[in-house]
Amino acid sequence: MKYFGLIWSNAWRKKIRTSLTILSVFVAFLLFALLSAVGYAFGVGANFADAERLIVINKITLINPLPIAYQNRIAATPGVRSVTHNTWFGGYYQDERNQFAQFPVDPEEYFSVYSELVLPDEQFEAWRKNRTGAIVGQALADQYGWEVGDRIPIQATIWTKADGGRSWEFDIEGIFSSKTAGAGATTFMLFQYDYFDEARAFGNGTIGWYVLRVDPDADPVQVADAIDQQFANSANETETSTEEAFAASFAKQYGDIGLIVRLILAAVFFTLLLVAGNTMSQSVRERISELAVLKTLGFTDMSVLWTVLAEALLILAIGAILGLGVGWLAVEGLNSQFGTQVPLYLTPMAFVTAFVIMVVAGILSGIMPALQAMRLTITDALARG
Amino acid sequence: MKSIRQILAVTLLNLRNLPKRVAASVVAVIGVAAVVMVFSAVLSMATGFERTMTAAGADDTAVILRSGSTAELNSGLSNEQALIVANAPGVLKDGDQPVISAELYVIVDLEKKATGTEANVPFRGVQESAFAVRNNIGIVEGRMFEPGKNEIIVGRAAQQEFRGLELDSVIRFGKNEWSVVGVFEAGGGVSESELWTDVRVLQGAYRRGNSFQSVRVRLESVDSIGALREALEADPRIDPDVSTEREYYSEQSEALSTFIKVIGYPLTILMSIGAIFGALNTMYSSVSVRGKEIATLRALGFGPLPVMVSTIIESTLLALIGGLIGSVAAFLIFNGFQVSTLNFANFSQVVFDFAVTPDLIRQGLVAALVIGVVGGLFPAIRAARMPVALALREL
Repeated sequence: MKYFGLIWSNAWRKKIRTSLTILSVFVAFLLFALLSAVGYAFGVGANFADAERLIVINKITLINPLPIAYQNRIAATPGVRSVTHNTWFGGYYQDERNQFAQFPVDPEEYFSVYSELVLPDEQFEAWRKNRTGAIVGQALADQYGWEVGDRIPIQATIWTKADGGRSWEFDIEGIFSSKTAGAGATTFMLFQYDYFDEARAFGNGTIGWYVLRVDPDADPVQVADAIDQQFANSANETETSTEEAFAASFAKQYGDIGLIVRLILAAVFFTLLLVAGNTMSQSVRERISELAVLKTLGFTDMSVLWTVLAEALLILAIGAILGLGVGWLAVEGLNSQFGTQVPLYLTPMAFVTAFVIMVVAGILSGIMPALQAMRLTITDALARG
Repeated sequence: MKSIRQILAVTLLNLRNLPKRVAASVVAVIGVAAVVMVFSAVLSMATGFERTMTAAGADDTAVILRSGSTAELNSGLSNEQALIVANAPGVLKDGDQPVISAELYVIVDLEKKATGTEANVPFRGVQESAFAVRNNIGIVEGRMFEPGKNEIIVGRAAQQEFRGLELDSVIRFGKNEWSVVGVFEAGGGVSESELWTDVRVLQGAYRRGNSFQSVRVRLESVDSIGALREALEADPRIDPDVSTEREYYSEQSEALSTFIKVIGYPLTILMSIGAIFGALNTMYSSVSVRGKEIATLRALGFGPLPVMVSTIIESTLLALIGGLIGSVAAFLIFNGFQVSTLNFANFSQVVFDFAVTPDLIRQGLVAALVIGVVGGLFPAIRAARMPVALALREL
């Protein structure tokens, strides 16, 4: 630490060069932040997966419905604590572009399975009592400016009503938040299944998929097998998996987005390393005689090595912190605009990864020049200078 | 004339000296190459996807869905409604038979070869005239399915992308077994991602009674769409969305290709800015290394302009070399690379190839050019302004 002044003034020896290098680092980490947030959006289901939750879908595919009559049999399976059902409504608000998720559910069952959702008791009661009541997530309410008491029309793309209409009206009775951190946790709407099932033109008595919570001491894999066994060879066979496996496999439907993001970042950081490494080696080459003077003054080889390495780390750290900071602001800003469609979020893990990249890139870009500086012999260096 | 000769002389001198500054120059070249490669790779996904979606769309084929349903998967039409469409004006007739295909669109789970995970693959029930309704489509291996049997024909792209679709193999969906009897191609269009069978068989297998999801008709001419739309919208027995196949598919592809572009272009701009910093660094050090040389030239009577222009030419040349390397690498690595993704509109997979088009390569080279000129400009100004006496003394 006592050498900080020396390192600092060394770093700024050529102001333009150091500034440009810092700006390159800045851009690289800004890209890191933005791309990590996009990667998050694609894996968003997996981010909220709960190890104690299982998903039961029709074995043919997710879009084939299951009979509602399965619910009691699933609930009676040993190890199942609570079960609820979900159906994809697939509607939009005012304009086709304003698509978000809506699910007709049973209020009590749903909240017993999704215990991370938070809704004030009086709002929950009001929703339960109003057949056409709905509750919306905080992020959704913010985006469309909805408040409790509003009546909103949702246009159905799948579920026409028995009277032929496509517009479903709901009273917003509550706005829920979530105990889980991260964008996308509150970007959907829930309404009453009873109303939905009675009013729809077709598909009555079916649901999309079941979600259940297992007892803490039950083995989720065994429970899943037991459920699928029950319905084997019936008209609607089931496929049960953990919420995490289901979400991960669903994310893969888009293709390997994670791989694409990693490849782009690899190209970005490879280039960055070259730029920073080149800066450092130029900088060391220019001050060979200075380094020799330092050694003459009694600096050990190791402390010369450390000052050069620390300089590289300093340049990386300034750029990285600025890049991540601006990236974080940009992600927050974009999320408040488009979050209900593409939830963007920087996870704590992304920051840890960025820190590791920063340290590794700093060492890689500084190590060769630092070694060169360490190995200088005073006489040679002074003669060359 | 004199200044042009001077520019030429100084530039040549400069370029002959390049090997001495090889490390810094390589950094600039690689920086630009990385930008152009990432740009071409990301945007080639969007162009490949669009190409697949638009290859399928004809102007003289109409798609009729239930109003408001946005995609075949969400739609539903009764047998009576399909008959109304068949007898509507504007529909091409072969003899006295209308050229139409009432179809059912469901999804089955197949394993993606690339990831080993399950994917939603579209499974379409068609009528016999499905091939007459569409352009540019035909069986390339095996034979057509026989009506009434559990036989399927598979799109070429689907066969390459998903496991278990080899000719003559038997595949199981739910409680039904299906034999793969043929392979079809559709000019690289989206139909090639699908499996097809007889619509009556599919209705039975998926308990859909006598209902359909869409009706495709061949129009008498491109202009008949208006008459067809008018007639169907006026009919109280049907509440349809009538669009040409081209309109239908371009709407379907809009969300995804917009998404890729919304990511791709800002990504390129940011990376280009990063590369400009790299190029600036290289050129500033090039100018400072050549300080004595530049000062000598100026002392000999060379003007500031040739010194400036030669510096810009050097950086532009380096950037263009980088751009070319990046484009060629992107073309060799990514062009024709087949992937599939979930098209959310129909909640099913679309198989497509990355397409590194000449237009993308041109855009990539323009980006390289901009990086080169901007990256050379400021160092060039510094080189031109360098006070001669000071620079000569410095070294």
